[in-house]
Amino acid sequence: MTATPHEEEAPVRGMWRQGFEVFCENRLALVGVGIFVLLTAFSFLGPVFYRTDQVHTDLTQVFLTPGTGGHPFGTDGVGYDQFGRLMLGGQTSIVVGLAAGLLATVVGTIWGAIAGFAGGWLDAVMMRVVDAMMSIPALFLFMLMASIVTPTVPMLIVIIGAFAWLGPARLVRGEALTLRTREYVMAMRGMGGTGGRAVRRHIIPNAIGTVIVNATFQVADAILYVAYLSFLGLGVPPPAANWGGMLSDGLSDTFSGHWWLLYPPGIAIILIVLAFNFIGDGLRDVFEVRLRRR
Amino acid sequence: MEATHQPLLRLRDLSTDIALRRGTVHALDQVNLQVDQGETLGIVGESGSGKTMTVLSIMGLLPHGGSVVGGEILFDGRDLRGLEAQELRRVRGVEMGMVFQDPLTSLNPTMRIGAQVAEPLRVHQGIGKAEARDRAVEILRRVGMPRPDKIVDDYPHQLSGGMRQRVVIAMALIRSPRLLIADEPTTALDVTTQRQILELIDDLREEFKMAVILVTHDLGVIAGRADRVAVMYAGRVVETGTTAELFRSPRHRYTEALMRALPESAAADADGQGRLYSIPGLPPDLSRPLTGCRFAPRCRFATDECRTTDVALTPDGAGSGHEFACLHPVTEPVAITASSAAPRAASGAAEPLLTVRDLVKEYDAGGAGVRKVSGRVSAVAGVSFDVAPGETLGIVGESGCGKSTVGRLVAGLEPSTSGQIIVDGTDVATLGRAARHRMHRQVQLMFQDSYAAMNPRMRIDSILTEPLEIQRVGDAAARRARVSELLDQVGLPRRALERYPHEFSGGQLQRIGLARSLALRPRLIVADEPVSALDVSVQAQVLNLMRDLQRGLGLSYVFISHDLSVVDYMADRIGVMYLGKLVEAGPAHQVVRAPRHPYTQALLDAVPSPHPGHASNAGTAIRGELPSAVNPPTGCRFRTRCPLAQDICATEPPLEGGTHQVACHFPLRQEPPES
Repeated sequence: MTATPHEEEAPVRGMWRQGFEVFCENRLALVGVGIFVLLTAFSFLGPVFYRTDQVHTDLTQVFLTPGTGGHPFGTDGVGYDQFGRLMLGGQTSIVVGLAAGLLATVVGTIWGAIAGFAGGWLDAVMMRVVDAMMSIPALFLFMLMASIVTPTVPMLIVIIGAFAWLGPARLVRGEALTLRTREYVMAMRGMGGTGGRAVRRHIIPNAIGTVIVNATFQVADAILYVAYLSFLGLGVPPPAANWGGMLSDGLSDTFSGHWWLLYPPGIAIILIVLAFNFIGDGLRDVFEVRLRRR
Repeated sequence: MEATHQPLLRLRDLSTDIALRRGTVHALDQVNLQVDQGETLGIVGESGSGKTMTVLSIMGLLPHGGSVVGGEILFDGRDLRGLEAQELRRVRGVEMGMVFQDPLTSLNPTMRIGAQVAEPLRVHQGIGKAEARDRAVEILRRVGMPRPDKIVDDYPHQLSGGMRQRVVIAMALIRSPRLLIADEPTTALDVTTQRQILELIDDLREEFKMAVILVTHDLGVIAGRADRVAVMYAGRVVETGTTAELFRSPRHRYTEALMRALPESAAADADGQGRLYSIPGLPPDLSRPLTGCRFAPRCRFATDECRTTDVALTPDGAGSGHEFACLHPVTEPVAITASSAAPRAASGAAEPLLTVRDLVKEYDAGGAGVRKVSGRVSAVAGVSFDVAPGETLGIVGESGCGKSTVGRLVAGLEPSTSGQIIVDGTDVATLGRAARHRMHRQVQLMFQDSYAAMNPRMRIDSILTEPLEIQRVGDAAARRARVSELLDQVGLPRRALERYPHEFSGGQLQRIGLARSLALRPRLIVADEPVSALDVSVQAQVLNLMRDLQRGLGLSYVFISHDLSVVDYMADRIGVMYLGKLVEAGPAHQVVRAPRHPYTQALLDAVPSPHPGHASNAGTAIRGELPSAVNPPTGCRFRTRCPLAQDICATEPPLEGGTHQVACHFPLRQEPPES
């Protein structure tokens, strides 16, 4: 028997390995990972090497231009060192973004999977809840909640997560609806398998790609939400800082020519959101290509 | 042929490449073809042979990354590759028409039929709306569309598959093209509809004096319709000649192998256990450099010379235009022997393994919420049959006849509305939960598309172990041993275990699917169209394997297919279904050679036969469309399309007879006396 020569040569590569290769082919995704790593290192490791006082105001050192008095990025209106403050603000933004994105993804995935898989009245009720919440403008909801409770970091995570899970819920529900009619689920039932096994072995592994890709966009969105809230003055109160709040402060000084208060946090927000979007795109390639037939 | 004569279309050394993410596929390598005015050229080949790429190159519709890299496409003496873009658009748009395989995806669902059919006129001739509509009605009438003045205002989803394909043909014809290209025009259609469409293309070719290129994988379709045939393999034309000549005496070893692999040519040896000739291996990977004859690695007659020298098309010397590229051509005659599979050992007396009595399945008709449509779809309406141990029951019928539903009911995937399914003496409906769970060990399912039926994120070892895990058979070591044993049984190497489904070819996947069905050592396998997605040569491999396993393991099969020749080859007994009812049942050779129901006869006549000149009986062709299963006709469900129908057919005929039963008031023949 002549076996196919080209198949014997092909090395057996694991799925993760193949996926990693595909991810690496997407240059922008690598750039995204790079930006994310750099910004995270800057925010969390930066203060170790570049110590600044971000608690006590110093009204003798306000609005120093970059480079003067040992402040590479200058100082703000109450005398905080802008470079150090960017690090502190980055910590809040990244932590809240990751945590809220994760929370939204987990809650949304579970909600959507149950609704989509159960179907019938349960699906109808669960999805109407989602529809109802979606019809409330997000910003209005944020403002309401932020004015009721004092915004701390955990609180911000919960507030943003409480709104952001709606998207993943709808997405996963749609996915579960199509996955449960797949022939391999039918084949499994033909072997006598149960619904629980279908969800564990077939539905979730096949929906996970969509979920992970969506999670990266959720993180990017959450970072933006933090910025919105802070911009509206509903962020974490001083002396804590985040990039959105810094941007908001900088904006009020635009006409004074204090550009160093405006551009650095703005650019940081753009960079990190962009980074997560690139990573999401790269992951999307990974999950599509893996399923491609040769 | 005479030198002065100029063909309408001539391809000279046409080469086409497709650039992929990794590497380049040389899809066509120096293809030479020609088509004359008023002639039908059939291009036949298996998937990946380049037959579709050839026509896409002509039409300039190559997929992303594809481009013609060499040769000439001479249309009416002018090379299309040298034409200016605008003139090229005109030639391709006005003088050529194309019909695609899937009539649903080649129509825009949001456009009315009339607007769609007349679109080419509006684009290329700029005529007005009213006139366009009139022309659309006229052309729809020409392609045999009933009530064309009404249909122009319909949308594609309101039409059946056959009607949609007529619309696509009308679209291709509205500019009166000189060349019509039909790429697998009937592959997505049922045989009876296929016959109507092929006849239509034939009639229109004469009426419009067009040239037709008919691309298909089905030798039967080519044999009945084409004047000349080109056989393609791995991006090259390996043999070309007049249809009669080529089918009578194929010279290339590949053509010969293709014909031998047809279920029709199963040599019936003494014990009736004829094996199909199957071509070993797979077609070559066209992204690699290839030397020598491309069929050599799979050819029984290949010599070292075949593997090293490039073989060009050479005339066979008889001056009939028959050319082939083979160093060791066929010299002995190849006959597609109409198989006369002797009746196999009748297992008669044995207790049936599966008994189905008055099985009924109805679904709620579509529509949700407030606008719920009342009425029920009658998918299966009172079907009864038995399957003996070690026997194969074939179920044939066209799409929508309920054959797959019967399969799913028997496999326990869906509850029946009423009726009994008795497996090994136990009525499945009376079982408790645990017993029903165990019942799945007895009956397993095999799917048409094994790729779709396997979780793409599971490796083959997990896929094969899954049934054992679900049924809690053995421990981890025992399961591993069982899985290895299964791979040996279906002839796959152990390395397969570490791979994922997308790394296998269609035939290999079907083997894995079969291995999975066997994992629990079932006594009955319900195989739903197990080979209809496969090429002829691979189909033969899988059918042979299924037969070998049946003999070795004493399995029973319920073999569901729309393809009568495949069922005839595989089955001991055949049941013919029409619109949810079993209209005829009996021993395979009797049902196929001496059908008693008019529907069976019509179905048999519609199957394109790979014998050129095999006149099909025009009188039995059934016309019209399958009625809706929501409100099926009363009495005999076939009476609305039956040429023999009379008033009495409004009452339901029972399924009567001894071994060869028929449900018809006017059976075509009497049952032969029991011998």
